Amino acid sequence: MLKMTVASNVKQCMVSLKSAKETLSNLALKSSDEQTKRTFHESMIEVEEIISDLQRRIGQLEFEEPQYKGK
Amino acid sequence: MLDWIEIIVRSCIFLIILFLMTKWLGKKQLAELSFFEYVVGITIGAIAAEVTMGLERHIVHGIIAMSIWTLFPIVIGLISLKNKNVRNFVEGNTTIVIKDGKVLEDNLKKERYSIDELLEELRSKDVFQVSDVEYAVIEPNGSVSVLLKKENQPLTAKDLQLKVRPIKEPQTVIMDGQVLNEPLSTIALNRGWLYEELEKIGVSVDNVFLGQVDSYGQLTVDLYEDKIKVPSPQEKPLLLASLKKCQADLELFSLLTESKEAKKMYNQNSQKLDDILKKLTPVLNDS
Repeated sequence: MLKMTVASNVKQCMVSLKSAKETLSNLALKSSDEQTKRTFHESMIEVEEIISDLQRRIGQLEFEEPQYKGK
Repeated sequence: MLDWIEIIVRSCIFLIILFLMTKWLGKKQLAELSFFEYVVGITIGAIAAEVTMGLERHIVHGIIAMSIWTLFPIVIGLISLKNKNVRNFVEGNTTIVIKDGKVLEDNLKKERYSIDELLEELRSKDVFQVSDVEYAVIEPNGSVSVLLKKENQPLTAKDLQLKVRPIKEPQTVIMDGQVLNEPLSTIALNRGWLYEELEKIGVSVDNVFLGQVDSYGQLTVDLYEDKIKVPSPQEKPLLLASLKKCQADLELFSLLTESKEAKKMYNQNSQKLDDILKKLTPVLNDS
């Protein structure tokens, strides 16, 4: 039971990060100051790395408890 | 020719000549940086007036006089651009009147400034105590420029070693309900984007009196209807909040998990997100 909550929570967190990543890339495109653009872009790439880490973890969780897959 | 017709003709001619000459003299004449320029400006105007009204004078004489009075300052301006000595002679030098918080009485006398006048000029710069001043000079145009001692200067972000977000000039993209294309393309955005943003806040272009885009691509509008409340841009505060939440979540996951490897991964990523937040906070914080 606990595991399922964790898996869905991790998923939720990953989705929020994905949306944050989109906002960051949007801001990077819209900003007119070069330095700010770079800050947004770098942050976006780092957030992407976190997302892929979380995705791997979600894969592990689903492998361990396949009955909760897809939630 | 009738007198009054001649006055009309002359007025028109001299208006045009005066207009062209003042354009040619340039902005420097407007600033009246030196006494010379000030006098030249008045004289040109006076000649024009004199010849317009004084019908006994020949119109060509007036034009000659005005041309010389215009040409001379331009030539002198060109020479003084090249030569520092000529520049000093024509435009005058600055005179130091306060140094290290001490009034230099001799220089003050040389410029025929009384201490009362100096105090008045300082007061107009919000300085009431001479000892607050590190350095002050009288400029060639007669105004006084003041450098305050560091402890009396207004506090800046640099003094506080505060990180502030860099900004660029905002662009005005809507004026009187009309979309301006040129400023939009300067910030690499288009009409489609603008209409989308307007739809987000629920107003149409016709209702917008003024719309500006800041350096983060955020649109702020002023409507004709002042009673309607327009939502302020939420993108940045929302992003900051959601990143903060994710960071807290990651920390929580690292506490909950039993796998050592996962714990390490969560910790690392939480740390990473924390660094990102530190980097983004000065940029995302509006206030």
